[in-house]
Formats: sequence, C-alpha cells, structure tokens
Amino acid sequence: MIKIENLNVSIENKEILNGISLAVKPGELHVVMGRNGTGKSTLANILAGKEKYKVTGGSVNFVGKNLLEMSPEDRACAGLFLSFQYPVAIPGVNNMYFLKAAVNAVRKSRGEEEIDAVDFLSMIREKLKIVALDESFIHRPVNDGFSGGEKKRNEILQMIALEPKLSILDETDSGLDIDALKIVAQGVNDYRSPDRSFILITHYQRILNYMQPDFVHVLMNGRIVKSGTMELAKELEEKGYSWIEEEMVEIT
Amino acid sequence: MMDKTLDKTIAQEYKYGFETDVKQHTFPPGLDEKVIQALSEIKQEPEWLLKWRLKAYRHWLKMAEPGWANVKFTHIDYQSISYYSAPRKKSAGSLDEIDPEILETYTKLGIPLNEQKMLEGVAVDAVFDSVSVATTFKDSLKKAGVIFCSFSEAVKEYPELVKKYLGSVVPVTDNYYAALNSAVFSDGSFVYIPKGVRCPMELSTYFRINAANTGQFERTLIVADESSHVSYLEGCTAPMRDENQLHAAVVELVALDNAEIKYSTVQNWYPGDKDGKGGIYNFVTKRGACRGVKSKISWTQVETGSAITWKYPSCILQGDDSVGEFYSVALTNNFQQADTGTKMIHIGKNTKSTIISKGISAGRGQQTYRGEVKIMKSAENSRNYSQCDSILIGDKCGAHTFPYIDVRNPSAQMEHEATTSNIGEDQLFYCNQRGISTEDAVSLIVNGFCKEVFKKLPMEFAVEAQKLMEVSLEGAVG
Ligand SMILES: Nc1ncnc2c1ncn2[C@@H]1O[C@H](COP(=O)(O)OP(=O)(O)OP(=O)(O)O)[C@@H](O)[C@H]1O
Ligand SMILES: [Mg+2]
Repeated sequence: MIKIENLNVSIENKEILNGISLAVKPGELHVVMGRNGTGKSTLANILAGKEKYKVTGGSVNFVGKNLLEMSPEDRACAGLFLSFQYPVAIPGVNNMYFLKAAVNAVRKSRGEEEIDAVDFLSMIREKLKIVALDESFIHRPVNDGFSGGEKKRNEILQMIALEPKLSILDETDSGLDIDALKIVAQGVNDYRSPDRSFILITHYQRILNYMQPDFVHVLMNGRIVKSGTMELAKELEEKGYSWIEEEMVEIT
Repeated sequence: MMDKTLDKTIAQEYKYGFETDVKQHTFPPGLDEKVIQALSEIKQEPEWLLKWRLKAYRHWLKMAEPGWANVKFTHIDYQSISYYSAPRKKSAGSLDEIDPEILETYTKLGIPLNEQKMLEGVAVDAVFDSVSVATTFKDSLKKAGVIFCSFSEAVKEYPELVKKYLGSVVPVTDNYYAALNSAVFSDGSFVYIPKGVRCPMELSTYFRINAANTGQFERTLIVADESSHVSYLEGCTAPMRDENQLHAAVVELVALDNAEIKYSTVQNWYPGDKDGKGGIYNFVTKRGACRGVKSKISWTQVETGSAITWKYPSCILQGDDSVGEFYSVALTNNFQQADTGTKMIHIGKNTKSTIISKGISAGRGQQTYRGEVKIMKSAENSRNYSQCDSILIGDKCGAHTFPYIDVRNPSAQMEHEATTSNIGEDQLFYCNQRGISTEDAVSLIVNGFCKEVFKKLPMEFAVEAQKLMEVSLEGAVG
C-alpha cells in the first residue's frame, strides 16, 4: 500500500523527521505513538502533501506511485485520506455541498460519473448513522462551530464517504467521550477490509481496546525507534516513554 | 503556496471582449453647448428637455470631480471623449431593420433578440453604445399595461410621465457624474408599471459599449405606481481595449404606495488586463425613492467588472413603513478598484432598511465599502441592519470599510456587523486533501460567502452570477 523509506523532513531548517521507514500492506492497521512534538502530525501532513514542509531525503511509494511528486488533491483522489488532528472550519460552505464536491472530485478522477443529489443524500444518511451524527450537521457550514468530538466524527464521516485505500487518523480519538470513542472505533472497524489500510496516530492505548492493530510503532527523535504489537502499546501506557530512551542509550 | 497559485490564476480571460464591426454615426470628441444641442436635435427632443440638459451642463462646469472615493486614476479629459455614437442603420423599430451584425453581437452575449430565440419570461431592452437598438416582448407587456421602452421613445410617447419624474430622485445638481449624465445622456430604458399591476415578466436592459473613445451615458427611469410590482435586471459588457472608457449612468426609481421595485445588476464591464491596462470607469448614480407608504425598493448587485467602480445604490425611505434593501457582491481582482456601498435615508415612520455587502478582493484589487445610514428626526421607530463582510485572497489586495451612521431619532434600532477574513492556506489544504482542486476550493468558499446575496437574484441570473464569479476569479488562486 505505502512504503516510506528513510524519509527526512525539515521545516524552517529544523530537522523534524530524520530517516523514517515504514511499510504498510493492504489490510493492515499500524499504530504510531510518541511524545508531543516528535513529528507524528508532520509525518501525516507530509504524506498528505502539505507544502510548507521540506523533504530533504528519502522516498514514499503509494499504490505504485511516487507520492512525493503528486499534488495533494491527486493524492486524495488516489485514495489517501487524512483525518486531521485539528480540522479547520470553512464558514459559509455547507457541509453537504463540500462533501458532495469531494466525493465527485474523487469519482471524476476514477473516471466515474458524478453522483446525483438524491443518491448522494441517501448515501450520506446511511453514513451519518454510522458516526451517530444528526442530519442537521450536513446542513451546517463545514466544521463551523462543531464541538471537538463532532469535528472528529465529521472526519470519519468524510472517510467513509470518500472510501480511501489508506486512512491516516491523526489523534482522531483525542477529545472523544467514551461513547463517541466506541462509535469512532466501530466506524473504523466496519470500514476495515483486506484492501484498506490504516495508520493510526494516538496517545492512548484506550482506543486499541476496540480494534486490533497489526503493529505499534514508537516515534522518537524523528524516527521509529521501536516496533511491536498491542503489548507494546500496553507497556507504554503503563511506563511512559523514558524506558525506551534508556534502552536506546544502552544500545548505543 | 498561495503566492504561486495566486500569480498563476490571475491570468483571467474576459470572454465578452470582442468588437462588432458596424458603421456608426459618432460625434467628434469634445463637449460644449453645441454638442448638447446637436444631441438633442438628433433625438428630436422637446424644448424643455434641451433646457434641462443645458442647465445640468452649466452646473457641471462649475463642479469638480469628487476626490473622496478610495480609488486612484489619472484625470479624465472630458474633451477627448465622444458623446454620441450610434449604429447608422435605423433601429428601435422592428427587428429586421437592425443591422444583422448587432443581432449577432447580442446572440454572442447570450441575449438573443430574435422572436424565436428570446429568453423566456424576460423582456430585454438592448442598448448599444448611445442608443437602444431593440426592445423585446413590447407588445405583450403593453397588453398588461406595462410601458417598457427606450428612453428616447418615452420622451416622444410619454412626455408627461418623463417630465414628471425625470430628475425627481437624482437632481441635475446631485453630483459631478450625475450632472454630466443629465447634460449628455443619450438613451436608456424607461419603465412604468400602472396601478395594481404585477409586471408579468422580468424586465432587463443589456448595456453594451462597442465604439472606442466614446462614453456611455445612459439613463434609466422606473416608476411603479400604487400597488404595482416589478423586477428589473441590468447587464453590461464591453470590448477589451487598452484605453479606459467612461460609463456614467443615472438610474432613478420611484415607488408609490404599496409598490415594490426589485432592481438587480450583474455588472461585467471589461475590467482591464492583468497589468491594470484599460477597462471601464464605472461611475454611476443609482437612487430609489420609496415615496409611498409601505413601498419597497430592493437593490441587488453583483459587480465583477470595470477597472474602477464608484456607485452607491441608495434608498430614500419617505413613505411610512417603507422598506429599503441593498444586497451586494463586489469582486476586485488584478488591479481593479471598487468604492461601493449604499445610502439609506429614513424619513418616514417605521421605515426599515437592510444592507448586506460582501466584498472579495484578490490579486492587487482594492475594495472599499462606503455606506451611510441616516435616521431623520421624523423617522420614528426605524430600523437598520447592516452587515459588511470582506474576504481577502492573497496578501497583495485590500479591503476597507467606511460605515457612516447618523441617527437623529432616539427610537431607532441599529445593528451593524462587519468581518474580514482570509481564505486560509489551511482551508485550501483541507479541501485539497479531500480531492478538491484549489481553484474549485476558492470558488466553493467564495460562493458560500456570497450565497446570501445570490439568493436575492432572479433564478436565471443567480446561476449566471455564480459562473461569472468563477470566471472572474480564475487565476486568483491556482
Ligand atoms: N510551522 C512550523 N514551524 C516551526 N516548527 C514547527 C512547525 N510545524 C511543526 N513544527 C514543529 O515540529 C515538531 C513536530 O510537530 P508535530 O505537530 O508533527 O508533532 P506531533 O508529534 O504531532 O505532536 P502532538 O502529539 O502534540 O500532536 C514540533 O516541535 C513543532 O513545534
Ligand atoms: Mg500531532
């Protein structure tokens, strides 16, 4: 699905990622954890094509293409989705209208016909149920005045409407109440399939109670310093990150 | 990202920039009393109108170009402009007397004048440079009692009505450009809706500047008699030229008891090229008088064209319980400048006004909202709601807001809101991440921003306006 090799990224001459390598196969769910400011969102943004970061080395192959050469919209159309840590509001733009424009842009790139308004509405009604959002949300401006948790559920709504191949969820579980957490986890679980992959960025082991990750990675000093399974996440939850640091010192 | 895309998208295309090759009768450049006499003579005007023009002219000579607007341009040499230009072939009669080139022009502009192809439900008065060349659906309107004809024809056929209302809302001495217009106006549209009549279709005037080095000075007068209703729309385009051309129009509206006039404008004069060369100077005076009780005048404007726009469609709310509205979208891209807004003068009791202004600036465009709300002592229990929003695309443009409020009756209720925002990189990236291109994202955001005003346009034109915005924004961000 995606193969990141030795990726180096800097912003304003400050190196943030230095030599990240990560390969995600179809159907896999990878979890990325790490302290605040270690570059998790940077990784997500660079994969999505945000321009202000500078790639100073390495490569990324996504579904057989050189991802770093593609425009953000082409990446999205090719099936890469980012659920933002802080979704931005777009006042004045109706959520449904926005979603329809997005769905049609993706369909158009696949050579499919645009979806008509009636089909679209019934499709969205179904998906709204999955994320337990009221229909009124799709008639409001995009993320405008949405609560933190509502924004996150709106991101998941967009994900399941756009049907991406690779979904990068940047702290989609942060700020959710217990019920909302279950709803989001359930939404992701239902969406999982052998040809869809996930990179889940999180600080908490909690959401992993509801889903089965294939791998858990720890990001530190701009690279992945430890990889494991569910057990690693539990260990981190108990002991924090310093023991990994100590381990690293021992190695070197 | 913004800068790169910005510069790329600014290469906008003006698709109405062609020129029509017709034989025209054009006055040599220059302005004096003889020119006005000659103009009046060509139009076979009555004595009183010539006198009226000369009075305006003499007053104009004593006036100075207003300098208070937030626009910059080199001084206009009024002696280098030609004040009359009309196609040589006879017109305003039946359609087959019109030069086929001109018919073709209007077809190209999307306003076919032929009986078979006419826009359904919309009667059109087509003004080509200084004269009206055709008015469609005239007969069916006549059956309803509605008068819709060129101004010249109205002077001949309905002199009493013209004499009664001409200059009654915008006096000849009102301002520099209105005085000039009063002296040299050549044609325009006239509408009279009799008592109790609801005009059965949309009326519209399509203004086209064709000849070079001429000014267009047209005059529109709409009178809605008691309990009548009319919806009127004007559209405008001009060829692409390197020289600036002057368009100084006057529009007067009169609404009597319980009458309603809805006046919409989609202004798309040539804005000049991307370096700011050429384009129309659009210096226009538009004012409506709500003379009668419970009368209502509503201005809706979508201003995307012109190098410089200077206009303030206003309402004088004389009648008790009368209502004035102003809904505006103005867009300035490249080097365009606009100083626009409205005046709401509350005189009658329980009068109400609403102002919704949406300004969009891109490129190096400069935009000013200038509005005045005046509540006179007599205007017991009056209300105004004003909302002025600006959106900036890129960092080389500007938006300015000057709201003047003058309240002389303490019972007035005033509300004013204003916002300025940028289309943020984060918003564009969010859209891109969902597969939407930057250009589509900008038009999505801008359309969302203008929605409230577009809703006020007649249906057919709302779609047009939306498309126009897209074209005008092409290149604003890429
Ligand atoms: N525009 C910027 N200018 C300067 N530094 C930046 C910029 N954007 C990010 N950074 C820095 O890059 C580092 C990584 O930030 P990033 O947002 O990727 O962290 P994160 O791992 O997602 O943290 P969190 O867990 O708090 O979300 C931080 O030190 C941050 O301050
Ligand atoms: Mg983060």
